[in-house]
Amino acid sequence: MELYRLDISEARRLLDKKEITVKELIDSIYQRVDAVENKVKAFMTIAKDHAYKMADAPQKTINSGRSLSLSGIPIAIKDNMCTKGIRTTCSSKILENFIPPYESTVTSRLKDNGYILIGKTNLDEFAMGSSTENSGFFTTRNPWDLERIPGGSSGGSAAAVAADECIAALGSDTGGSIRQPASLCGVVGLKPTYGRVSRYGLVAFASSLDQIGTITKNVKDSAILMNIISGKDSCDSTSAPVAVPDFTRVLGHEIKGLKIGIPREYFIEGMDKEVETSVRDAIKKLESLGAIPVEISLPHTDYAVATYYVLATSEASSNLARYDGVKYGFRAEGKDLMDMYMNTRAQGFGAEVKRRIILGTYTLSSGYYDAYYKKAQQVRTLIKTDFEEAFKTVDAIVTPTAPTAAFKAGEKADDPLQMYLSDIFTISVNLSGVPGISIPCGFTSNKLPIGLQIIGKHFDEESLFKIAYAYEQSTAWHKRRPNI
Amino acid sequence: MKYEAVIGLEVHAQILTDTKIFCGCSTKFGSEPNTQTCPVCIGMPGVLPVLNKKTLEFVIKTGFAMNCTISPYSRFARKNYFYPDLPKGYQISQYELPICEHGYTEIVVDGNVKKIGITRIHMEEDAGKNIHESASGGQGGNYSFVDLNRAGVPLMEIVSEPDIRSPKEAAEYMKKLRTILRYLGVCDGNMEQGSLRCDANVSVRPAGQKEFSTRAEVKNINSFKFVEKALEYEIKRQIKVIEEGGKVLQETRLWDSNKGITESMRGKEEAHDYRYFPEPDLVPIMVEQKWVDNIKSSLPELPDVKRERFVSEYGLSEYDADLLTDEKPLADWYEEATASYSLSLSGSKIISNWVKGELTRLLNEENKTIEECPLKPKQLAEMLTLMDKGTISGKIAKTVFEEMYKTGNDAEVIVKEKGLVQISDESAIEKAVDEVIAKNPKEVERFKAGDEKLIGFFVGQIMKLTKGKANPQIVNELLKKKLL
Ligand SMILES: [Zn+2]
Repeated sequence: MELYRLDISEARRLLDKKEITVKELIDSIYQRVDAVENKVKAFMTIAKDHAYKMADAPQKTINSGRSLSLSGIPIAIKDNMCTKGIRTTCSSKILENFIPPYESTVTSRLKDNGYILIGKTNLDEFAMGSSTENSGFFTTRNPWDLERIPGGSSGGSAAAVAADECIAALGSDTGGSIRQPASLCGVVGLKPTYGRVSRYGLVAFASSLDQIGTITKNVKDSAILMNIISGKDSCDSTSAPVAVPDFTRVLGHEIKGLKIGIPREYFIEGMDKEVETSVRDAIKKLESLGAIPVEISLPHTDYAVATYYVLATSEASSNLARYDGVKYGFRAEGKDLMDMYMNTRAQGFGAEVKRRIILGTYTLSSGYYDAYYKKAQQVRTLIKTDFEEAFKTVDAIVTPTAPTAAFKAGEKADDPLQMYLSDIFTISVNLSGVPGISIPCGFTSNKLPIGLQIIGKHFDEESLFKIAYAYEQSTAWHKRRPNI
Repeated sequence: MKYEAVIGLEVHAQILTDTKIFCGCSTKFGSEPNTQTCPVCIGMPGVLPVLNKKTLEFVIKTGFAMNCTISPYSRFARKNYFYPDLPKGYQISQYELPICEHGYTEIVVDGNVKKIGITRIHMEEDAGKNIHESASGGQGGNYSFVDLNRAGVPLMEIVSEPDIRSPKEAAEYMKKLRTILRYLGVCDGNMEQGSLRCDANVSVRPAGQKEFSTRAEVKNINSFKFVEKALEYEIKRQIKVIEEGGKVLQETRLWDSNKGITESMRGKEEAHDYRYFPEPDLVPIMVEQKWVDNIKSSLPELPDVKRERFVSEYGLSEYDADLLTDEKPLADWYEEATASYSLSLSGSKIISNWVKGELTRLLNEENKTIEECPLKPKQLAEMLTLMDKGTISGKIAKTVFEEMYKTGNDAEVIVKEKGLVQISDESAIEKAVDEVIAKNPKEVERFKAGDEKLIGFFVGQIMKLTKGKANPQIVNELLKKKLL
């Protein structure tokens, strides 16, 4: 049996029945990593020794018959979440040797639940990008076509899940960084409501937009992980004191009578025909399951990308100021303090990060603040209102996750604007703070996965799970695996 | 031409919380460098601030004491700049929506009451400290050390309206502010240790002119005694510039207490664009009315009210009441002594004289504060009772008081141990009187010839002989009887 192919629930069943051991499961995962990682390049750090050290405790829990939902489950973590004692690079040269002295809230919750940390996955430097081509170290490859990118910024996590190099993974999503790579890699990616999951220990890109979420082989695994990582955290003031339901409880519930909004602004002239066809087919499928499609309008959609790039870069310019070579991470020499600062940041950051720091510094500058940052905040309010209005009449909104399937490495690398547009369908969700999930809904003629995005109300991940699970169970897209 | 100064003060006060403003580290002064730090206050990647509620409470208290409006909705902002002692590359402060606004306080200058407006009071975090040293330990070397124990210590900034018109008013305002802060127990008010810091905005204009002239900001006024001096210097300097046909520049100037002058920082500061924007890691502060009401009702009696009460309740002069209420512990000491001595008005005046006189003298001799006073208020009251009973004389009382202060023993014990009981035995006193008369025939003759002032000389001699223990009333009676 190829244990690395298991999902969380199946692995749980076999572990609890003592048909397999935690060590055997880890062995299988690392055998798979050994076999495919040189092609996929999903990992920044492979934490093999550490993983085996972690194995004893959950095995004991299992043996005692009191296993927790993640006891012994091998999971990969995007390399922008701090793991105590394991280097956390954000795929940036400036943090190349940064070993956090503390644990992020999400990983400590996973730890308490007995997970096994398999490794830290590659990303676009500081989560800034849509392809992992902005990684300070290497580009991860799409397991469905190694010439193509896996999407980003959580490209390493999405590729690792698609290539079965882990059972599940965590990613972070600021403008689509979980959903877009999940879509491009044919896996399930959830960005929860802003405030649902603690950001403590997530290296900040844009604090008001960043949210940690899951990348999994199917919808149920996402619900299982969400049960563990969700909930108020006293270390994160922006985490919400909202009760966390058992997300698996709604799986299998009927979706009959649910109103599904189809925003006309998301089916635009010139969008990829194959993507459009797959998404329209998916809507038909949902209709056949009893959902009622309703055409809606999200009138300020056109401003989302511009608004996002003003706000995200503004916050980033400030969040990244701490990488100054003084206290930790990379330091370049300089003839004086200012020189050291400048050399450190010039050599430590990549081009895209610098581009965004410059942009954000500009938009916050006196004389420009009102025209850019303040205006963008106002537009953000309008975009939020769009969603609030829409959710007065519908239970969820369905759109494509990305305008195209995976593109070739290098194809958009020199054109940042073109690259920014790959997040055109996902960005509004971050701006308004609502949850969104991407699930596989078909393949292009090139055998590349296509993703369907379902968007829900604030703190209504349950509706997303319900709809996504109903769709998933009535289709077979999620069962296809890449050939590598 | 006559000129008028226009002064506004920005005062930074360190808030007396046990822990820092956004993490749990201790705020204790004087520990080994970098021992009171954690990932949050040293700005590790991924950490988040959580507001210390005590800070908020203390600032609201101050707001009430300064007659401010407490904003129901307030928020933090980031002030961005690079400096090695600023771990995140930004300081979390308040900008657009401070917690307290529109207040005032009253000062008395030359007998006139004057209202000074308070523009705002806001919270912020302190930075660390840079220590510049060369490898050999001298000044001006190649090395700088950063101590982050102070980073994240809570501060409040109290900004006055430009209502101050003279250095004397500024000094009174600072004194008043310090008294209030100490009364509230929110700041120890120690300028020399830096827990109270004062920057001044100063301009001068021809008397009668309504418009403000260009102002200079004077920083580094690091002691109470320099508030007046620095401002006097700066006002004179600006008048001289104007009279010589020059223009006052808008600039930051540093007070140099050794040279007694202010010096331009030459663009170092003012080139800064702090790029303020709302802090996305902290939710807006929405204070509950009930909590704020509770804070208000728990305010101690403030100095102005206490002073007036001392006048009406204890029959003290304004001057004495002011002196006794300047520091809350002194006022408390006074009230406790009064309560255990007597309810009559003369009693409270007698206590006032002892506190202002002997007690203050003894404390000053040892540079002690009233809080360090070894003498308990009750002990003074008991000593005064002994005086009333005639057990000791007023003269002896001073000795007894000093002895109580030094040993901490009660008056009764001291009187007994030292044999200080007043001699009221007429025959014993008569012996001394006779002896003095016999020894000083010349003076006796002069006295008899009409030099009645010599009575004092005789009393003095008798007291010397009886070591001050003779009952002065009896001495007087006997002298008159024998000499006349
Ligand atoms: Zn700390």
